[in-house]
Amino acid sequence: MSTANFSNPVVRWIDHRLPIFSFLHHEAHEYPTPKNLSYWWNFGSLAGIMLVIMLVTGITLAMHYTPHVDYAFDSVERIMRDVNSGWLIRYIHMNGASFFFIAVYIHIFRGLYYGSYKAPRELLWMLGVVIMLLMMATAFMGYVLPWGQMSFWGATVITNLFSAIPVVGDSIVTWLWGGFSVDNPTLNRFFALHYLLPFVIFAVVVLHIVALHRFGSNNPLGIDVKGPQDTIPFHPYYTIKDMFGLAVFLIPFCGFVFFAPNFLGHPDNYIPANPLVTPAYIVPEWYFLPFYAILRAVPDKLLGVLAMFGAIAVLFILPWLDRSPVRSGKFRPVFKIFFWLLFLDCILLTWLGGKPAEGVYVIAARFATAYYFFYFLIALPLLSIFETPKPLPKSISESVLGGAGGPAAAPAAAKEKA
Amino acid sequence: MGIKSLIAATATVAVLALGGTQPANAAGEAVALPKQDWSFNGIFGTVDRAAAQRGLQVYREVCATCHSLDYIAFRNLTDLGYSEDEVKAIAAEYEVQDGPNDEGEMFTRPGTPADRFPAPFPNEKAARASNGGAYPPDLSLIVDARAGFEDYVYGVLIGYEEAPAGVTMMAGMNYNKYFPGHQIAMAQPLYEDGVTYADGTKASIDQMAKDVTTFLAWAAEPNMETRKRTGIAVILFLIVLSGLFYASKRKIWADVH
Repeated sequence: MSTANFSNPVVRWIDHRLPIFSFLHHEAHEYPTPKNLSYWWNFGSLAGIMLVIMLVTGITLAMHYTPHVDYAFDSVERIMRDVNSGWLIRYIHMNGASFFFIAVYIHIFRGLYYGSYKAPRELLWMLGVVIMLLMMATAFMGYVLPWGQMSFWGATVITNLFSAIPVVGDSIVTWLWGGFSVDNPTLNRFFALHYLLPFVIFAVVVLHIVALHRFGSNNPLGIDVKGPQDTIPFHPYYTIKDMFGLAVFLIPFCGFVFFAPNFLGHPDNYIPANPLVTPAYIVPEWYFLPFYAILRAVPDKLLGVLAMFGAIAVLFILPWLDRSPVRSGKFRPVFKIFFWLLFLDCILLTWLGGKPAEGVYVIAARFATAYYFFYFLIALPLLSIFETPKPLPKSISESVLGGAGGPAAAPAAAKEKA
Repeated sequence: MGIKSLIAATATVAVLALGGTQPANAAGEAVALPKQDWSFNGIFGTVDRAAAQRGLQVYREVCATCHSLDYIAFRNLTDLGYSEDEVKAIAAEYEVQDGPNDEGEMFTRPGTPADRFPAPFPNEKAARASNGGAYPPDLSLIVDARAGFEDYVYGVLIGYEEAPAGVTMMAGMNYNKYFPGHQIAMAQPLYEDGVTYADGTKASIDQMAKDVTTFLAWAAEPNMETRKRTGIAVILFLIVLSGLFYASKRKIWADVH
């Protein structure tokens, strides 16, 4: 680790004993980053900032919220009406969950397209999937806290999924609930876990960044950094680019917070939870809809639950399903087609998840589910064998300077061994 | 990679995702609600104070017979343009239960601005007993809690009509073309000149429905105007900030490209 020359004597004194400034200088300032990252690489830092926004607003909300079935709904309305700027904090938190998922989903699709999951970044990718899983658990439990009708019935439906487990399913559900139905013990533990898990996410994000900094960012060309001519220091180049991206990202986010704060929610959640009245349709938040569609596409309950969890589990083994030595989809003409079909497939699943599980919607959801698994389990392994990639540029700097894909470019497979 | 395509992609993801939740919101049969041009629509929308004050009168004289308004305190009414003295006067017209006093007895006293609107029934059982088994919902959040929002509330208030031939009504139910399932326990609440407006406005069914819906839209979210006003400043700030960051980014990156 190179030691920076700090002019401030206090900083020097501390850094000599606790090299925190050297560490930051190394990892956030001079950290060499490929010079050709596109704006799709902004979404990692955006997701990180959303996590911080969620933590800050969440902790503030927790100061005013009461996790009890008789008071939860009232305490949320008190936040909305009587707590200074409470409405703003709650709307940021509510819509922040959606925008956190938007940032993360774009971040994931970017990784899928540019092969960011491939060697040597397999663990980086898997830690990312862990973060997504933790986010889902956190978001699900957070949605229960206002104790509206969708909170209660969403919690009932999702926890009931575990009853599909043979033999011990019902006991597990009782254990999750802390009783024989979703009730006060459920609300209490969901609040405790909803407060805990973001800090676990934070810790895994730290690991994610440690793993990232081991080999540095992948890049749109998917080729390795060959030397200093391929990189630029993280600061100021990517700090300013991330700040610009953040300001732009905050515009649609604030658009929702200030002008359509309840658009992403469900009106039923402004009705206090009532165990005796079931809503006409129980719909999860939009970011769960693709998985909900997969769950309902399978006629058998246990298999449906397995398919839903399998849709995430398959991401864990993705680095070993796609054996193509070329990372970037840019140089994979056939992969590209399958990738964009997967993207459309996920949009379709999201849409289908919000439709009633009947008639043509179920048929469509089955085809969409089949394609989702086909992409990972069949298309990617076969493409690794049969696809002929386009020639890769020799280096990032050559490509940036306009020499990409020239006659000198070597055949991809030979050059870029994973 | 253009910024525009990035923004477009973000927007597409959001919009497409939303498309999924929209239809599911419409519980029951889809009946096209009569869309109104509300004063509080749009990013510059504000609550029409005169309409909301008339709506308060409709709530107090008609709705409050059966429906509570638990989350609204009298002090909140200053939002609608009432002075503090007027709010005190309105509050004092209500008898509010308080206590226990030093003797351990509950007692009633005139309301103060800090009190909330007293509920018409002491509990749900009492409310059901007086309403043929149906429970009149609290109205504080009714506009936010129904698909269709203010247009739905307005629709139900004007949607009463004779049941079409062939529709068998359940005992005690009324036909309403905008209520999901069309059979509603609430009897038609609004009739021509059901209230006498202090400002001389003709109290037609349509007028009263619009006024009370305006009032309830305010009640569902008293901070709506502050929210939108703040939002405009925030968005303008972010646009300028984005521009500044973009210019800085261009300058810093000039030697890379």
